[in-house]
Amino acid sequence: MRSRLALRFAALGYLALLLGIPVVLVFLNAFDDGIGAAWEAVTTPEAQHAFYLTLVMVAVAVPLNTIFGVLCALAIVRQRFRGRALLNAMVDLPFAVSPVVLGLALLLVYGRRDGWVGEWLAEQGIQVIFSTPGMILATMFVSLPFVVREVVPVLREIGTEQEQAASTLGANGLQTFFRVTLPAIRWGVAYGVVLTTARALGEFGAVSVVSGKISGQTQTATLFVEERFQRFDLTGAYAAAVVLALLAFATLLAMNVIKPKEASR
Amino acid sequence: MSIVVESVSKRFGDFAALNDVSIEVADGSLTALLGPSGGGKSTLLRVIAGLEQPDQGRVLISGEDATSKPPQRRNVGFVFQHYAAFKHMTVAKNVAFGLTIRKRPKEEIDARVDELLKLVHLDGFANRYPSQLSGGQRQRMALARALAVEPRVLLLDEPFGALDATVRKELRAWLRRLHDEVHVTTLFVTHDRDEAMELANHVVVLADGRVEQAGSPDDLYDRPANEFVMKFIGEVTQLGDRLVRPHDLQILREPGEGATEALVERVLRLGFEVRVELVPADSDRVSAQLSAAEAEQLELEPGQIVYVRLGAAGRAELPA
Repeated sequence: MRSRLALRFAALGYLALLLGIPVVLVFLNAFDDGIGAAWEAVTTPEAQHAFYLTLVMVAVAVPLNTIFGVLCALAIVRQRFRGRALLNAMVDLPFAVSPVVLGLALLLVYGRRDGWVGEWLAEQGIQVIFSTPGMILATMFVSLPFVVREVVPVLREIGTEQEQAASTLGANGLQTFFRVTLPAIRWGVAYGVVLTTARALGEFGAVSVVSGKISGQTQTATLFVEERFQRFDLTGAYAAAVVLALLAFATLLAMNVIKPKEASR
Repeated sequence: MSIVVESVSKRFGDFAALNDVSIEVADGSLTALLGPSGGGKSTLLRVIAGLEQPDQGRVLISGEDATSKPPQRRNVGFVFQHYAAFKHMTVAKNVAFGLTIRKRPKEEIDARVDELLKLVHLDGFANRYPSQLSGGQRQRMALARALAVEPRVLLLDEPFGALDATVRKELRAWLRRLHDEVHVTTLFVTHDRDEAMELANHVVVLADGRVEQAGSPDDLYDRPANEFVMKFIGEVTQLGDRLVRPHDLQILREPGEGATEALVERVLRLGFEVRVELVPADSDRVSAQLSAAEAEQLELEPGQIVYVRLGAAGRAELPA
């Protein structure tokens, strides 16, 4: 009995120290000068644009990574091919490589002056670095593994019999995927989407390198927080941080709302 | 012939799962693929369904070469040992799956599902989910789902293998009656000889990827082609240089023509039958099977000397 209490205390205490207290302090500091000041700080045109840009990152990166993630998981679990182990390892790369390193790598490929394809792209009138496409690429890269990692174990667990049953009943590959496989893995996909969204919302390092940080143009919400902080606008920084935190909470909440009790089946 | 398999071979790496296998399944028959685990039965069934591609040979379904057709175009019903129920669908949706894929009108699907659920005694369970059913109920649902598309042949892979003994017996009897009702050509895999002998009107014995013998249950029991089939299908004991069935042995109290002298070692009563372990003077232990009445008449006791020979009604017999 005592050891169980101790375990619970340790787990909660750890979370409180690492997560609870800092987050609460951010909220408290944001409203230090009153709700009005906080509201004003996050409704300036620069702030609005920063949140808009962050949502654009999420709106592009999450659907693309979801589709790619499911296809990638299917390839890893259902197929046998040369390079499967390599693919499996590559997917984890964004976990292992620092986002800053990745940002620099993107510069080497797409940089306008000495990038690998950047010069050619610039001639076609496409600017990747210091512009939205580069920031989207960076966001996609850092949030890539989540759907794959959530879906792979679920696919392994459901096995192939249901899919084989569907095929003997007359379903072709696409019908089997949409009617049998996808419904069976949907909670894995949903959880992967939530994590991808949270990661895309919070991305800082890689985006920071490729964005050029042009206020009102290539500044995402996290970059906005940094900029405010460095200009000693603490209310602005904390208020924007609170909005980001609320967006993340909303994502987690949405998942718990859409997930009915049926999920335990 | 509903199914003809011609010289099919299939290897998994170094392992030859099927080695030049040919079988025929007659229209409307209930055929068993019987054999020990790892003998290739399930692989053969999966080759017929198109879930595995053979390395060599052909599969004909209703006279048509189906070897290169994908499973969805073979129109076979397949029932898996572990049901393969679509867990996110209700029982009714599971059964309707094949018809929904074929885009049949909704009223037709509803009517057919109703009819099938009655047939498998699951009426009233239409809106349940598979997780709310017992193993036996799930397997009946899987059977209804396979029958819904009116398959040319029904393939069952160890259909009762995951169920406990009582349910298995019940389902066996029920499947027999169902086959009498629907008459769909059925091929089922089992490693249980009683299941094969009780259910099937034709049995194919498969071991080590080869067909050992195919025939009616009586054929296999009374005229086994070789020692493997004789031992796999029933009890076997050796008397002198012959392999015989223990119940074909006759025990005499006095010396008789062709009878060997033997010492009674043990007498074991199992309900209506009595097993007697005998040690002949010049060979290994023999076991005989008598009815309780016969044993009583002989007043057998361990330590007695008796005389044993192959009875007049003895059928299955092979040189050892």
